[in-house]
Amino acid sequence: MTATMQPKSEAAEAPRRGKRTPGAGQNTRPRGRGLEFGHWWWALPGIALVFAIHYVATGIGGFFAFTNWTGIGAFKITGWANFAAIFKDPTKVGALSNTLFLAFGSVLLGNIAGLVIALGLNRVIKTRYILRTLFFMPVVLSPLATAYIWKFIFDFNGPLNAFLKAVGAGDQAKPWLADPQWAIWTVLVVLVWSSTGFAMVIFMAGLAGVAVEVEEAAAIDGANLWQRFRNVTLPAIRPAVAIATTLGIVQGLRVFDPIMALTGGGPAGATETLATQVYKQAFALGNFGGGAALALVLAAIILFFAVIQQRLTRSNPED
Amino acid sequence: MFRYTKLTLLREIGLWALALLFLAPFYFLVTTALKPAGELFTTSALAPPVHPDFSNFVAVLSAKGNSNVVMGLLNSVIITAGSIVGLVALGSVTGYVISRSTRRWSKAAYYLFLVAIILPGQLGAVPLYMGARALGLTGSAWGLIILYTGMLLPLSIFLYSNFFRGLGTDYEEAATIDGASKSQVFAKVVFPMMAPATGTVTIFAGLIVWNDFFTSLIFLGGSANQTLPVAMYYYIGSLVSQWNSIFAIVIVSMIPILALFLFAQKRFIQGFSGGLKG
Repeated sequence: MTATMQPKSEAAEAPRRGKRTPGAGQNTRPRGRGLEFGHWWWALPGIALVFAIHYVATGIGGFFAFTNWTGIGAFKITGWANFAAIFKDPTKVGALSNTLFLAFGSVLLGNIAGLVIALGLNRVIKTRYILRTLFFMPVVLSPLATAYIWKFIFDFNGPLNAFLKAVGAGDQAKPWLADPQWAIWTVLVVLVWSSTGFAMVIFMAGLAGVAVEVEEAAAIDGANLWQRFRNVTLPAIRPAVAIATTLGIVQGLRVFDPIMALTGGGPAGATETLATQVYKQAFALGNFGGGAALALVLAAIILFFAVIQQRLTRSNPED
Repeated sequence: MFRYTKLTLLREIGLWALALLFLAPFYFLVTTALKPAGELFTTSALAPPVHPDFSNFVAVLSAKGNSNVVMGLLNSVIITAGSIVGLVALGSVTGYVISRSTRRWSKAAYYLFLVAIILPGQLGAVPLYMGARALGLTGSAWGLIILYTGMLLPLSIFLYSNFFRGLGTDYEEAATIDGASKSQVFAKVVFPMMAPATGTVTIFAGLIVWNDFFTSLIFLGGSANQTLPVAMYYYIGSLVSQWNSIFAIVIVSMIPILALFLFAQKRFIQGFSGGLKG
Protein backbone atom coordinates (compact mmCIF):
# COMPACT_ATOMS: atom_id res chain seq x y z
CA MET A 1 0.00 0.00 0.00
CA THR A 2 3.00 2.24 -0.38
CA ALA A 3 1.56 4.33 -3.13
CA THR A 4 -1.38 5.35 -0.95
CA MET A 5 0.85 7.65 0.97
CA GLN A 6 3.13 8.67 -1.82
CA PRO A 7 3.43 12.36 -2.48
CA LYS A 8 1.61 13.51 -5.55
CA SER A 9 4.49 14.19 -7.85
CA GLU A 10 5.93 10.75 -7.45
CA ALA A 11 2.78 8.70 -7.81
CA ALA A 12 1.85 10.76 -10.82
CA GLU A 13 4.92 9.48 -12.57
CA ALA A 14 4.19 5.89 -11.67
CA PRO A 15 2.39 4.95 -14.87
CA ARG A 16 5.37 6.07 -16.92
CA ARG A 17 7.81 3.88 -15.07
CA GLY A 18 6.84 0.61 -16.73
CA LYS A 19 8.26 -0.42 -20.05
CA ARG A 20 5.08 -0.84 -22.00
CA THR A 21 2.40 0.97 -20.07
CA PRO A 22 -0.18 2.78 -22.17
CA GLY A 23 0.94 6.08 -20.65
CA ALA A 24 4.31 5.66 -22.34
CA GLY A 25 2.73 4.97 -25.68
CA GLN A 26 0.49 7.98 -25.42
CA ASN A 27 2.21 9.94 -28.15
CA THR A 28 3.01 7.17 -30.55
CA ARG A 29 -0.34 5.44 -30.33
CA PRO A 30 -3.29 7.66 -31.10
CA ARG A 31 -6.70 6.77 -29.76
CA GLY A 32 -9.22 4.91 -31.86
CA ARG A 33 -6.83 2.46 -33.48
CA GLY A 34 -8.37 -0.47 -31.62
CA LEU A 35 -5.59 -0.64 -29.08
CA GLU A 36 -7.32 1.27 -26.36
CA PHE A 37 -8.14 -1.24 -23.67
CA GLY A 38 -11.68 -1.42 -22.39
CA HIS A 39 -14.41 1.18 -22.73
CA TRP A 40 -13.95 4.23 -20.54
CA TRP A 41 -17.53 4.03 -19.30
CA TRP A 42 -16.77 0.70 -17.63
CA ALA A 43 -15.36 2.78 -14.78
CA LEU A 44 -18.56 4.75 -14.22
CA PRO A 45 -20.40 2.43 -11.76
CA GLY A 46 -17.32 2.25 -9.52
CA ILE A 47 -16.70 5.98 -9.63
CA ALA A 48 -20.37 6.75 -8.90
CA LEU A 49 -20.51 4.35 -5.94
CA VAL A 50 -17.28 5.60 -4.38
CA PHE A 51 -18.28 9.20 -4.99
CA ALA A 52 -21.64 8.73 -3.27
CA ILE A 53 -20.48 6.64 -0.32
CA HIS A 54 -17.14 8.28 0.38
CA TYR A 55 -17.34 11.84 -0.87
CA VAL A 56 -20.98 12.91 -0.69
CA ALA A 57 -21.58 11.27 2.70
CA THR A 58 -18.28 12.51 4.13
CA GLY A 59 -18.85 15.97 2.67
CA ILE A 60 -22.26 16.22 4.32
CA GLY A 61 -20.76 14.94 7.57
CA GLY A 62 -17.95 17.49 7.25
CA PHE A 63 -20.48 20.26 6.73
CA PHE A 64 -22.20 19.35 9.99
CA ALA A 65 -18.88 19.79 11.80
CA PHE A 66 -19.56 23.53 11.53
CA THR A 67 -23.11 23.28 12.92
CA ASN A 68 -24.76 22.48 16.24
CA TRP A 69 -26.83 19.67 14.73
CA THR A 70 -27.91 16.99 17.22
CA GLY A 71 -28.57 14.29 14.63
CA ILE A 72 -32.25 15.14 14.12
CA GLY A 73 -34.23 18.32 13.59
CA ALA A 74 -33.07 21.86 12.93
CA PHE A 75 -29.53 23.20 13.26
CA LYS A 76 -27.56 26.44 13.16
CA ILE A 77 -24.21 27.09 11.54
CA THR A 78 -21.78 27.78 14.36
CA GLY A 79 -18.50 28.17 12.50
CA TRP A 80 -15.43 26.98 14.38
CA ALA A 81 -17.19 26.67 17.75
CA ASN A 82 -17.10 22.85 17.72
CA PHE A 83 -13.35 22.85 17.10
CA ALA A 84 -12.72 25.35 19.87
CA ALA A 85 -14.80 23.20 22.22
CA ILE A 86 -12.61 20.14 21.51
CA PHE A 87 -9.53 21.78 22.95
CA LYS A 88 -11.38 23.02 26.02
CA ASP A 89 -12.76 19.58 26.94
CA PRO A 90 -10.23 17.57 29.01
CA THR A 91 -11.85 14.26 27.94
CA LYS A 92 -11.23 15.02 24.27
CA VAL A 93 -7.71 16.28 24.85
CA GLY A 94 -7.12 13.11 26.86
CA ALA A 95 -8.59 11.09 23.98
CA LEU A 96 -6.13 12.78 21.63
CA SER A 97 -3.11 11.88 23.74
CA ASN A 98 -4.43 8.34 24.32
CA THR A 99 -4.87 7.91 20.56
CA LEU A 100 -1.30 9.03 19.85
CA PHE A 101 0.07 6.87 22.69
CA LEU A 102 -1.77 3.75 21.48
CA ALA A 103 -0.95 4.31 17.81
CA PHE A 104 2.77 4.91 18.31
CA GLY A 105 3.12 2.44 21.18
CA SER A 106 1.49 -0.37 19.23
CA VAL A 107 3.44 0.40 16.06
CA LEU A 108 6.75 0.52 17.90
CA LEU A 109 6.25 -2.61 20.00
CA GLY A 110 4.36 -4.56 17.34
CA ASN A 111 7.03 -3.86 14.74
CA ILE A 112 9.93 -4.63 17.03
CA ALA A 113 8.27 -7.90 18.05
CA GLY A 114 7.41 -8.67 14.43
CA LEU A 115 10.94 -7.90 13.28
CA VAL A 116 12.53 -10.01 16.03
CA ILE A 117 10.30 -12.98 15.18
CA ALA A 118 10.90 -12.52 11.44
CA LEU A 119 14.67 -12.41 11.99
CA GLY A 120 14.39 -15.47 14.23
CA LEU A 121 12.46 -17.37 11.57
CA ASN A 122 14.73 -16.21 8.75
CA ARG A 123 16.73 -19.06 7.16
CA VAL A 124 17.51 -22.63 8.25
CA ILE A 125 14.75 -22.92 10.87
CA LYS A 126 13.01 -26.18 9.93
CA THR A 127 9.55 -25.43 11.25
CA ARG A 128 9.46 -21.82 10.10
CA TYR A 129 6.24 -22.16 8.13
CA ILE A 130 4.35 -23.77 11.01
CA LEU A 131 5.65 -21.07 13.34
CA ARG A 132 4.75 -18.35 10.87
CA THR A 133 1.18 -19.67 10.71
CA LEU A 134 0.94 -19.76 14.51
CA PHE A 135 2.24 -16.22 14.97
CA PHE A 136 -0.07 -14.94 12.25
CA MET A 137 -3.23 -16.51 13.71
CA PRO A 138 -4.34 -13.53 15.87
CA VAL A 139 -4.40 -11.30 12.77
CA VAL A 140 -7.39 -13.10 11.23
CA LEU A 141 -9.53 -12.94 14.38
CA SER A 142 -12.19 -10.28 14.69
CA PRO A 143 -11.22 -7.42 17.02
CA LEU A 144 -14.39 -8.13 18.98
CA ALA A 145 -13.50 -11.79 19.65
CA THR A 146 -9.90 -10.85 20.49
CA ALA A 147 -11.10 -8.24 22.97
CA TYR A 148 -13.38 -10.72 24.75
CA ILE A 149 -10.52 -13.20 25.23
CA TRP A 150 -8.26 -10.54 26.72
CA LYS A 151 -11.03 -9.14 28.86
CA PHE A 152 -11.11 -12.50 30.61
CA ILE A 153 -7.32 -12.64 30.93
CA PHE A 154 -7.28 -9.23 32.63
CA ASP A 155 -10.39 -10.01 34.70
CA PHE A 156 -9.94 -9.83 38.48
CA ASN A 157 -10.68 -13.56 38.70
CA GLY A 158 -8.84 -14.22 35.45
CA PRO A 159 -5.67 -16.05 34.49
CA LEU A 160 -3.28 -13.12 34.91
CA ASN A 161 -4.11 -12.55 38.56
CA ALA A 162 -4.29 -16.32 39.16
CA PHE A 163 -0.78 -16.57 37.71
CA LEU A 164 0.51 -13.70 39.87
CA LYS A 165 -0.90 -15.40 42.96
CA ALA A 166 0.59 -18.74 41.94
CA VAL A 167 4.10 -17.28 41.67
CA GLY A 168 3.75 -15.44 44.98
CA ALA A 169 3.12 -11.97 43.59
CA GLY A 170 -0.49 -11.93 44.72
CA ASP A 171 -0.19 -8.40 46.06
CA GLN A 172 0.27 -7.20 42.47
CA ALA A 173 -3.12 -8.62 41.49
CA LYS A 174 -5.56 -5.89 40.51
CA PRO A 175 -8.63 -5.32 38.36
CA TRP A 176 -6.47 -4.35 35.38
CA LEU A 177 -9.20 -3.00 33.14
CA ALA A 178 -10.82 -0.95 35.91
CA ASP A 179 -7.55 0.56 37.10
CA PRO A 180 -7.19 4.09 35.61
CA GLN A 181 -3.42 3.77 35.56
CA TRP A 182 -3.20 0.31 33.99
CA ALA A 183 -6.22 0.19 31.68
CA ILE A 184 -4.44 1.89 28.76
CA TRP A 185 -1.53 -0.56 29.00
CA THR A 186 -3.90 -3.51 28.78
CA VAL A 187 -5.32 -2.01 25.58
CA LEU A 188 -1.78 -1.61 24.27
CA VAL A 189 -1.00 -5.27 25.00
CA VAL A 190 -4.07 -6.37 23.04
CA LEU A 191 -3.19 -4.13 20.07
CA VAL A 192 0.39 -5.41 19.99
CA TRP A 193 -0.78 -9.01 20.24
CA SER A 194 -3.09 -8.69 17.27
CA SER A 195 -0.70 -6.71 15.05
CA THR A 196 2.61 -8.52 15.62
CA GLY A 197 1.84 -11.29 13.13
CA PHE A 198 1.05 -8.76 10.44
CA ALA A 199 4.34 -6.91 10.90
CA MET A 200 6.10 -10.28 10.94
CA VAL A 201 4.89 -11.42 7.51
CA ILE A 202 5.77 -8.05 5.94
CA PHE A 203 9.28 -8.29 7.39
CA MET A 204 9.62 -11.94 6.36
CA ALA A 205 8.76 -10.95 2.79
CA GLY A 206 11.33 -8.14 3.01
CA LEU A 207 14.00 -10.41 4.45
CA ALA A 208 13.44 -12.98 1.73
CA GLY A 209 14.71 -10.38 -0.72
CA VAL A 210 18.06 -9.93 1.07
CA ALA A 211 20.75 -11.78 -0.90
CA VAL A 212 22.48 -14.52 1.09
CA GLU A 213 25.77 -13.74 -0.65
CA VAL A 214 25.86 -10.19 0.69
CA GLU A 215 25.25 -11.36 4.23
CA GLU A 216 27.89 -14.05 3.87
CA ALA A 217 30.38 -11.58 2.48
CA ALA A 218 29.78 -9.27 5.43
CA ALA A 219 30.21 -12.16 7.84
CA ILE A 220 33.48 -13.22 6.21
CA ASP A 221 34.72 -9.64 6.41
CA GLY A 222 34.28 -9.91 10.16
CA ALA A 223 31.03 -8.03 10.71
CA ASN A 224 29.31 -9.16 13.88
CA LEU A 225 25.61 -9.97 14.13
CA TRP A 226 24.57 -6.42 15.02
CA GLN A 227 26.76 -4.83 12.33
CA ARG A 228 25.36 -7.24 9.76
CA PHE A 229 21.84 -6.37 10.79
CA ARG A 230 22.50 -2.62 10.92
CA ASN A 231 24.45 -2.30 7.67
CA VAL A 232 23.18 -5.08 5.45
CA THR A 233 19.76 -6.31 6.51
CA LEU A 234 18.12 -3.12 7.70
CA PRO A 235 18.81 -1.02 4.57
CA ALA A 236 17.47 -3.88 2.44
CA ILE A 237 14.19 -4.12 4.32
CA ARG A 238 13.50 -0.39 4.56
CA PRO A 239 10.53 -0.57 2.18
CA ALA A 240 9.03 -3.28 4.40
CA VAL A 241 9.55 -1.06 7.45
CA ALA A 242 7.82 1.80 5.64
CA ILE A 243 4.77 -0.31 4.78
CA ALA A 244 4.44 -1.94 8.18
CA THR A 245 4.79 1.29 10.16
CA THR A 246 2.59 3.42 7.92
CA LEU A 247 -0.24 0.92 7.95
CA GLY A 248 0.18 0.37 11.66
CA ILE A 249 -0.08 4.07 12.42
CA VAL A 250 -3.15 4.58 10.22
CA GLN A 251 -4.81 1.57 11.85
CA GLY A 252 -3.67 2.58 15.33
CA LEU A 253 -5.03 6.12 15.05
CA ARG A 254 -8.43 4.70 14.13
CA VAL A 255 -8.59 2.16 16.96
CA PHE A 256 -12.20 1.58 17.98
CA ASP A 257 -13.55 -2.00 18.25
CA PRO A 258 -11.04 -3.37 20.81
CA ILE A 259 -11.58 -0.41 23.12
CA MET A 260 -15.36 -0.55 22.96
CA ALA A 261 -15.30 -4.26 23.81
CA LEU A 262 -12.51 -4.09 26.43
CA THR A 263 -13.12 -0.97 28.47
CA GLY A 264 -15.74 1.10 26.67
CA GLY A 265 -13.34 4.02 27.04
CA GLY A 266 -13.27 3.78 30.84
CA PRO A 267 -12.45 3.85 33.65
CA ALA A 268 -13.28 7.56 33.84
CA GLY A 269 -12.16 8.19 30.24
CA ALA A 270 -8.72 6.67 30.81
CA THR A 271 -8.81 4.70 27.55
CA GLU A 272 -10.97 7.05 25.48
CA THR A 273 -9.64 7.57 21.93
CA LEU A 274 -10.66 9.96 19.16
CA ALA A 275 -12.61 7.24 17.35
CA THR A 276 -14.57 6.20 20.46
CA GLN A 277 -15.26 9.87 21.24
CA VAL A 278 -16.48 10.50 17.69
CA TYR A 279 -18.86 7.58 18.05
CA LYS A 280 -20.11 8.63 21.49
CA GLN A 281 -20.59 12.28 20.59
CA ALA A 282 -22.29 11.62 17.27
CA PHE A 283 -24.37 8.54 18.05
CA ALA A 284 -24.87 8.29 21.80
CA LEU A 285 -24.82 11.85 23.12
CA GLY A 286 -26.76 13.57 20.36
CA ASN A 287 -23.94 15.97 19.53
CA PHE A 288 -23.47 15.17 15.88
CA GLY A 289 -21.82 18.48 15.06
CA GLY A 290 -19.19 17.99 17.77
CA GLY A 291 -18.60 14.38 16.71
CA ALA A 292 -18.17 15.42 13.09
CA ALA A 293 -15.66 18.13 14.08
CA LEU A 294 -13.69 15.54 16.02
CA ALA A 295 -13.79 13.17 13.02
CA LEU A 296 -12.34 15.94 10.85
CA VAL A 297 -9.52 16.43 13.36
CA LEU A 298 -8.89 12.68 13.32
CA ALA A 299 -8.79 12.63 9.51
CA ALA A 300 -6.28 15.51 9.49
CA ILE A 301 -4.06 13.71 12.03
CA ILE A 302 -4.14 10.47 10.04
CA LEU A 303 -3.21 12.27 6.84
CA PHE A 304 -0.43 14.22 8.57
CA PHE A 305 1.29 11.19 10.07
CA ALA A 306 0.79 9.01 7.00
CA VAL A 307 2.62 11.57 4.85
CA ILE A 308 5.42 12.21 7.39
CA GLN A 309 5.91 8.51 7.97
CA GLN A 310 6.15 7.85 4.29
CA ARG A 311 8.79 10.55 3.80
CA LEU A 312 10.90 9.43 6.74
CA THR A 313 11.12 5.77 5.83
CA ARG A 314 11.40 6.03 2.07
CA SER A 315 14.73 4.51 1.14
CA ASN A 316 15.37 6.48 -2.06
CA PRO A 317 13.42 8.62 -4.52
CA GLU A 318 13.20 5.74 -6.99
CA ASP A 319 11.34 3.59 -4.53
CA MET B 1 27.72 -20.66 5.80
CA PHE B 2 24.16 -20.72 7.15
CA ARG B 3 24.04 -24.35 8.27
CA TYR B 4 21.87 -25.94 10.91
CA THR B 5 23.98 -25.75 14.07
CA LYS B 6 23.33 -26.28 17.76
CA LEU B 7 22.69 -22.56 17.98
CA THR B 8 19.98 -22.87 15.33
CA LEU B 9 18.35 -25.68 17.31
CA LEU B 10 18.36 -23.41 20.36
CA ARG B 11 16.82 -20.63 18.31
CA GLU B 12 14.14 -23.00 17.07
CA ILE B 13 13.29 -24.17 20.58
CA GLY B 14 13.19 -20.57 21.81
CA LEU B 15 10.80 -19.61 19.01
CA TRP B 16 8.49 -22.49 19.88
CA ALA B 17 8.45 -21.40 23.53
CA LEU B 18 7.63 -17.87 22.40
CA ALA B 19 4.88 -19.17 20.10
CA LEU B 20 3.29 -21.16 22.92
CA LEU B 21 3.35 -18.12 25.19
CA PHE B 22 1.98 -15.99 22.38
CA LEU B 23 -0.91 -18.38 21.85
CA ALA B 24 -1.69 -18.85 25.55
CA PRO B 25 -4.95 -16.85 25.10
CA PHE B 26 -6.24 -19.72 22.93
CA TYR B 27 -5.56 -22.16 25.77
CA PHE B 28 -7.72 -20.10 28.15
CA LEU B 29 -10.35 -19.73 25.46
CA VAL B 30 -10.75 -23.47 24.92
CA THR B 31 -10.39 -24.67 28.52
CA THR B 32 -12.85 -22.09 29.84
CA ALA B 33 -15.43 -22.80 27.15
CA LEU B 34 -15.38 -26.48 28.13
CA LYS B 35 -16.03 -25.78 31.80
CA PRO B 36 -19.54 -26.59 33.03
CA ALA B 37 -21.26 -23.80 34.96
CA GLY B 38 -20.47 -25.35 38.34
CA GLU B 39 -16.71 -25.34 37.73
CA LEU B 40 -16.33 -21.76 36.56
CA PHE B 41 -15.81 -20.26 39.98
CA THR B 42 -14.53 -23.32 41.82
CA THR B 43 -11.53 -24.06 39.57
CA SER B 44 -8.59 -21.73 38.99
CA ALA B 45 -8.69 -19.68 35.82
CA LEU B 46 -5.40 -21.33 34.87
CA ALA B 47 -6.62 -24.91 35.31
CA PRO B 48 -8.35 -27.02 32.65
CA PRO B 49 -11.88 -28.29 33.44
CA VAL B 50 -12.22 -31.39 35.67
CA HIS B 51 -15.23 -32.68 33.76
CA PRO B 52 -15.19 -30.99 30.35
CA ASP B 53 -18.50 -30.91 28.51
CA PHE B 54 -20.07 -29.22 25.52
CA SER B 55 -23.15 -27.85 27.25
CA ASN B 56 -22.08 -24.25 26.57
CA PHE B 57 -21.84 -24.93 22.86
CA VAL B 58 -25.26 -26.57 22.79
CA ALA B 59 -26.70 -23.49 24.49
CA VAL B 60 -24.99 -21.18 21.99
CA LEU B 61 -26.21 -23.04 18.93
CA SER B 62 -29.81 -23.17 20.15
CA ALA B 63 -30.10 -19.47 21.03
CA LYS B 64 -33.05 -17.73 19.38
CA GLY B 65 -34.00 -14.16 18.49
CA ASN B 66 -31.33 -11.61 17.62
CA SER B 67 -28.60 -13.77 19.12
CA ASN B 68 -29.45 -16.65 16.77
CA VAL B 69 -25.95 -17.79 15.88
CA VAL B 70 -26.94 -20.11 13.04
CA MET B 71 -28.85 -17.32 11.32
CA GLY B 72 -25.93 -14.98 11.99
CA LEU B 73 -23.52 -17.43 10.41
CA LEU B 74 -25.71 -17.76 7.33
CA ASN B 75 -26.11 -13.99 7.00
CA SER B 76 -22.39 -13.41 7.43
CA VAL B 77 -21.63 -15.94 4.69
CA ILE B 78 -24.15 -14.34 2.31
CA ILE B 79 -22.99 -10.78 3.01
CA THR B 80 -19.29 -11.61 2.84
CA ALA B 81 -19.66 -13.61 -0.38
CA GLY B 82 -21.86 -10.95 -1.98
CA SER B 83 -19.43 -8.17 -1.07
CA ILE B 84 -16.48 -10.12 -2.45
CA VAL B 85 -18.29 -10.69 -5.75
CA GLY B 86 -19.14 -6.98 -5.96
CA LEU B 87 -15.61 -5.90 -5.08
CA VAL B 88 -13.94 -8.26 -7.53
CA ALA B 89 -16.32 -7.41 -10.37
CA LEU B 90 -16.33 -3.63 -9.96
CA GLY B 91 -12.76 -3.39 -8.67
CA SER B 92 -11.20 -5.34 -11.53
CA VAL B 93 -13.11 -3.51 -14.28
CA THR B 94 -12.59 -0.06 -12.78
CA GLY B 95 -8.95 -0.68 -11.91
CA TYR B 96 -8.34 -1.97 -15.43
CA VAL B 97 -9.91 0.98 -17.19
CA ILE B 98 -8.33 3.68 -15.05
CA SER B 99 -4.84 2.22 -15.18
CA ARG B 100 -4.97 1.46 -18.92
CA SER B 101 -6.70 4.59 -20.10
CA THR B 102 -4.56 7.32 -21.56
CA ARG B 103 -7.13 10.02 -20.96
CA ARG B 104 -6.55 12.72 -18.43
CA TRP B 105 -9.58 11.91 -16.26
CA SER B 106 -8.20 8.50 -15.40
CA LYS B 107 -5.47 10.03 -13.26
CA ALA B 108 -8.06 12.17 -11.47
CA ALA B 109 -10.16 9.06 -10.88
CA TYR B 110 -7.12 7.26 -9.46
CA TYR B 111 -6.63 10.03 -6.89
CA LEU B 112 -10.35 10.03 -6.13
CA PHE B 113 -9.94 6.42 -5.02
CA LEU B 114 -6.64 6.94 -3.21
CA VAL B 115 -7.97 9.75 -1.03
CA ALA B 116 -11.12 7.74 -0.27
CA ILE B 117 -8.98 5.08 1.42
CA ILE B 118 -7.96 7.41 4.23
CA LEU B 119 -11.22 9.31 4.81
CA PRO B 120 -12.47 8.27 8.25
CA GLY B 121 -15.71 6.29 8.09
CA GLN B 122 -17.38 7.84 11.12
CA LEU B 123 -17.73 11.23 9.45
CA GLY B 124 -20.01 9.88 6.75
CA ALA B 125 -21.81 7.31 8.88
CA VAL B 126 -24.85 9.36 9.84
CA PRO B 127 -25.52 10.88 6.38
CA LEU B 128 -24.95 7.42 4.91
CA TYR B 129 -27.44 5.87 7.30
CA MET B 130 -30.07 8.47 6.47
CA GLY B 131 -29.48 7.96 2.76
CA ALA B 132 -29.66 4.18 3.05
CA ARG B 133 -32.86 4.38 5.09
CA ALA B 134 -34.45 6.66 2.50
CA LEU B 135 -33.58 4.12 -0.20
CA GLY B 136 -34.86 1.22 1.89
CA LEU B 137 -31.44 -0.40 2.14
CA THR B 138 -31.22 -0.72 5.93
CA GLY B 139 -32.05 -4.04 7.56
CA SER B 140 -31.39 -6.12 4.48
CA ALA B 141 -28.44 -8.20 3.32
CA TRP B 142 -28.62 -6.48 -0.07
CA GLY B 143 -28.20 -3.05 1.42
CA LEU B 144 -25.18 -4.14 3.41
CA ILE B 145 -23.58 -5.81 0.37
CA ILE B 146 -23.90 -2.58 -1.62
CA LEU B 147 -22.56 -0.59 1.31
CA TYR B 148 -19.54 -2.81 1.90
CA THR B 149 -18.81 -2.89 -1.82
CA GLY B 150 -18.79 0.90 -1.90
CA MET B 151 -16.78 1.22 1.30
CA LEU B 152 -14.01 -1.18 0.27
CA LEU B 153 -14.03 -0.43 -3.45
CA PRO B 154 -11.18 2.13 -3.24
CA LEU B 155 -8.93 -0.49 -1.64
CA SER B 156 -9.94 -3.08 -4.23
CA ILE B 157 -9.35 -0.68 -7.13
CA PHE B 158 -6.02 0.35 -5.64
CA LEU B 159 -4.81 -3.26 -5.41
CA TYR B 160 -5.95 -4.02 -8.96
CA SER B 161 -4.44 -0.83 -10.42
CA ASN B 162 -1.07 -1.57 -8.83
CA PHE B 163 -1.21 -5.00 -10.37
CA PHE B 164 -1.93 -3.66 -13.87
CA ARG B 165 0.93 -1.21 -13.62
CA GLY B 166 3.38 -4.10 -13.57
CA LEU B 167 1.67 -6.02 -16.35
CA GLY B 168 2.60 -5.54 -19.99
CA THR B 169 -0.05 -5.07 -22.66
CA ASP B 170 1.31 -7.68 -25.09
CA TYR B 171 -1.37 -10.29 -24.46
CA GLU B 172 -4.15 -7.77 -24.83
CA GLU B 173 -2.65 -6.46 -28.07
CA ALA B 174 -2.30 -9.98 -29.44
CA ALA B 175 -5.90 -10.84 -28.56
CA THR B 176 -7.11 -7.59 -30.12
CA ILE B 177 -5.21 -8.27 -33.32
CA ASP B 178 -6.73 -11.76 -33.38
CA GLY B 179 -10.12 -10.10 -33.48
CA ALA B 180 -11.34 -10.27 -29.88
CA SER B 181 -13.72 -7.53 -28.75
CA LYS B 182 -12.92 -5.31 -25.78
CA SER B 183 -15.16 -7.30 -23.44
CA GLN B 184 -13.71 -10.56 -24.71
CA VAL B 185 -10.18 -9.31 -24.12
CA PHE B 186 -11.11 -8.39 -20.58
CA ALA B 187 -13.07 -11.53 -19.70
CA LYS B 188 -10.88 -14.12 -21.42
CA VAL B 189 -7.38 -12.62 -21.31
CA VAL B 190 -7.08 -9.95 -18.65
CA PHE B 191 -9.26 -11.29 -15.85
CA PRO B 192 -7.58 -14.73 -15.68
CA MET B 193 -4.17 -13.02 -15.53
CA MET B 194 -5.36 -11.00 -12.56
CA ALA B 195 -5.77 -14.07 -10.36
CA PRO B 196 -3.13 -12.98 -7.79
CA ALA B 197 -4.77 -9.57 -7.39
CA THR B 198 -8.18 -11.20 -7.15
CA GLY B 199 -6.83 -13.49 -4.42
CA THR B 200 -5.51 -10.53 -2.45
CA VAL B 201 -8.75 -8.57 -2.81
CA THR B 202 -10.77 -11.63 -1.77
CA ILE B 203 -8.68 -12.20 1.35
CA PHE B 204 -8.60 -8.56 2.43
CA ALA B 205 -12.24 -7.81 1.71
CA GLY B 206 -13.37 -11.16 3.08
CA LEU B 207 -11.56 -10.64 6.38
CA ILE B 208 -12.70 -7.05 6.82
CA VAL B 209 -16.34 -7.76 5.99
CA TRP B 210 -16.47 -11.01 7.97
CA ASN B 211 -15.01 -9.43 11.10
CA ASP B 212 -16.77 -6.08 10.85
CA PHE B 213 -19.01 -5.23 13.75
CA PHE B 214 -19.74 -1.50 13.69
CA THR B 215 -21.28 -1.19 10.20
CA SER B 216 -23.53 -4.21 10.50
CA LEU B 217 -24.63 -3.16 14.00
CA ILE B 218 -25.79 0.20 12.70
CA PHE B 219 -27.21 -0.78 9.33
CA LEU B 220 -28.89 -4.03 10.34
CA GLY B 221 -29.94 -2.72 13.75
CA GLY B 222 -33.06 -4.40 15.08
CA SER B 223 -33.67 -6.59 12.03
CA ALA B 224 -33.64 -10.37 12.01
CA ASN B 225 -30.74 -10.40 9.51
CA GLN B 226 -27.93 -10.09 12.05
CA THR B 227 -24.39 -10.96 11.12
CA LEU B 228 -22.28 -13.23 13.29
CA PRO B 229 -20.37 -10.51 15.22
CA VAL B 230 -23.63 -8.72 16.02
CA ALA B 231 -25.30 -11.96 17.13
CA MET B 232 -22.25 -12.61 19.32
CA TYR B 233 -22.46 -9.10 20.75
CA TYR B 234 -26.14 -9.51 21.68
CA TYR B 235 -25.57 -12.99 23.09
CA ILE B 236 -22.73 -11.78 25.30
CA GLY B 237 -24.66 -8.67 26.29
CA SER B 238 -26.97 -10.81 28.41
CA LEU B 239 -24.12 -12.58 30.20
CA VAL B 240 -22.10 -11.08 33.03
CA SER B 241 -18.81 -12.83 33.76
CA GLN B 242 -20.17 -16.18 32.53
CA TRP B 243 -16.96 -16.69 30.65
CA ASN B 244 -17.66 -20.33 29.79
CA SER B 245 -20.76 -19.33 27.78
CA ILE B 246 -19.06 -16.22 26.36
CA PHE B 247 -16.10 -18.23 25.14
CA ALA B 248 -18.32 -20.89 23.61
CA ILE B 249 -19.82 -18.30 21.26
CA VAL B 250 -16.44 -16.67 20.67
CA ILE B 251 -15.10 -20.06 19.54
CA VAL B 252 -18.14 -20.69 17.33
CA SER B 253 -17.69 -17.28 15.70
CA MET B 254 -13.99 -17.87 15.17
CA ILE B 255 -14.06 -21.40 13.72
CA PRO B 256 -15.02 -20.51 10.13
CA ILE B 257 -12.33 -17.88 9.68
CA LEU B 258 -9.62 -19.88 11.48
CA ALA B 259 -10.46 -23.00 9.49
CA LEU B 260 -10.27 -21.05 6.26
CA PHE B 261 -6.99 -19.49 7.34
CA LEU B 262 -5.36 -22.80 8.29
CA PHE B 263 -6.64 -24.38 5.08
CA ALA B 264 -5.32 -21.59 2.83
CA GLN B 265 -2.67 -20.08 5.09
CA LYS B 266 -0.09 -19.77 2.35
CA ARG B 267 -2.48 -17.75 0.18
CA PHE B 268 -3.51 -15.62 3.16
CA ILE B 269 0.03 -14.70 4.08
CA GLN B 270 1.06 -14.13 0.47
CA GLY B 271 -1.98 -11.92 0.02
CA PHE B 272 -1.00 -9.85 3.02
CA SER B 273 2.68 -9.49 2.29
CA GLY B 274 2.50 -9.46 -1.50
CA GLY B 275 -0.57 -7.31 -2.03
CA LEU B 276 0.88 -4.53 0.08
CA LYS B 277 4.20 -4.26 -1.62
CA GLY B 278 2.51 -2.10 -4.20
